[in-house]
Amino acid sequence: MFKKRDVAIISAAATKCGEQWDKSIKDLAWEAGVKAVEEAGISGKDIEYLVVGNMSGGMFVGQEHIGALVADFLGLNPIPSLRVEGACASGGIAFFQGYLAVASGLYDIVAVGGVEKMTDVEQEQATTALSGAMDFEWEAYFGATFPGIYALMAKRYMHEYGLKRESLAKVSVKNHYHGSMNPLAHFRNKITVDEALNAPMVADPLGKYDCCPISDGAALVILAPLEIAKKYTDTPIIVKSSVMASDTLSLLRRRDICTLDATVNAAEKAFKLAHLERSQVDVIEVHDCFTIAEILAIEDLGFAKKGEGWKLYEEGETYVGGRLPVNTDGGLKASGHPVGATGIKQIVELVKQLRGEAEKGRQVDNAEVGLAHNVGGSGATAVVTILSRG
Amino acid sequence: MAPPAHWRRAKERYRLLGSKCENCGSIYFPPTKVCPKCRRRGKIVQTEFSGRGKVFSYTIIHAAPKTFEKYTPYILALIELEEGPKVMSQIVDCKPEEVKIGMEVEACFRKLFEQDDDGIISYGFKFRPIDDSWRK
Repeated sequence: MFKKRDVAIISAAATKCGEQWDKSIKDLAWEAGVKAVEEAGISGKDIEYLVVGNMSGGMFVGQEHIGALVADFLGLNPIPSLRVEGACASGGIAFFQGYLAVASGLYDIVAVGGVEKMTDVEQEQATTALSGAMDFEWEAYFGATFPGIYALMAKRYMHEYGLKRESLAKVSVKNHYHGSMNPLAHFRNKITVDEALNAPMVADPLGKYDCCPISDGAALVILAPLEIAKKYTDTPIIVKSSVMASDTLSLLRRRDICTLDATVNAAEKAFKLAHLERSQVDVIEVHDCFTIAEILAIEDLGFAKKGEGWKLYEEGETYVGGRLPVNTDGGLKASGHPVGATGIKQIVELVKQLRGEAEKGRQVDNAEVGLAHNVGGSGATAVVTILSRG
Repeated sequence: MAPPAHWRRAKERYRLLGSKCENCGSIYFPPTKVCPKCRRRGKIVQTEFSGRGKVFSYTIIHAAPKTFEKYTPYILALIELEEGPKVMSQIVDCKPEEVKIGMEVEACFRKLFEQDDDGIISYGFKFRPIDDSWRK
């Protein structure tokens, strides 16, 4: 792939996730934006291009035209501003687009953000909006729900590889534990395996604690060419690669419903472009919209063999301090899933980890390389980004 | 949803129709206008399935959107048709605790949902366990 120059992240900021009744979509975008701009020590005038991930402003708050909205509210006019949408991968796609803009040499200082305000509608309306990530005509129309789609994957995976609900619960317990130390997390309570197993069923075998929450939140990072990044920060984080891949929208024509081929393809290319091996990665942020999704992710990214990812949870290897720390911020499950912002929120967490600035108890020792993995729908879109300390 | 959004897919939903590529012989569901294997060289025609298949995976939906709420808990399944393609559908005439992966099922014509109290009633295929007991 053509690459003109190296790209670095010079600042990164996120809002707290959760039900933020006092904040509108504008307030959230403004909060993350101002934090990131101040951290970079630049002013709005220095930003040349803005890309914002947002899944469904229209259905969540009756607001479209999000690119212009955020540019206007951050005082960035008259720069080009673009809103991108790829369901829950909207943030990851925004990052990928911003990366292309800087790597190609077209722009120097680029802001990439994500924002979603989900709690202004009833939960019923929010889940209807989210179900738009599926194939409406052949999945949702027949009674499929979003948790239902992942439940179909989980049930088949259990059948093929002997996974038990206890192992799914362990994913959630670990994410709540990490989230308990993250001040920006939606949920900061620890849970037990028993609590997870005894929670109400959503779509068998997935219970309440197997599903991520509906959250409000925003995140924004600022990109610059690596050669000038030191002008803005002592600790630039290098973007080693950022790759996006696609797959069938519905589960119906997948090669294997226990594998997200979009993740496999994006990861393969991302590691190749980064000239890195899996063993060199110190911390990963994966898209755990449901517990089964985290297990599939670590397999599809190449950190475990197909059918064996869940075994890492039996030995606690995915905790901070373990061999492969996964979702040190609490993941989508505990830190929250403001859909369009999630892909950027993951990058913000990795920047924190690679700079050694995460809170006590959840900082991975001497983390040098991190990977972010953001998925849209049931796997029709995946974005994999690899970062390293400068 | 306006009526056309329902009726433009009615034939495929009522009779379980998919697509066949006459160039390579592949059969697809959902219906497609392009053969992913042959691309431009493909020649897509409509094809009807026998309606028989096996449960490939399933879930019991406990939390559903308003249109499906009154049917909860219901069985949602991914069914592998005997011709090969998979469809997503509900399984009826079967208790949630009775459904199994590998269970043989057949398509039947049912109501899918009612849009609001006085809105359109939508119909299409669902699947039920194959009952061969009458043969004995």
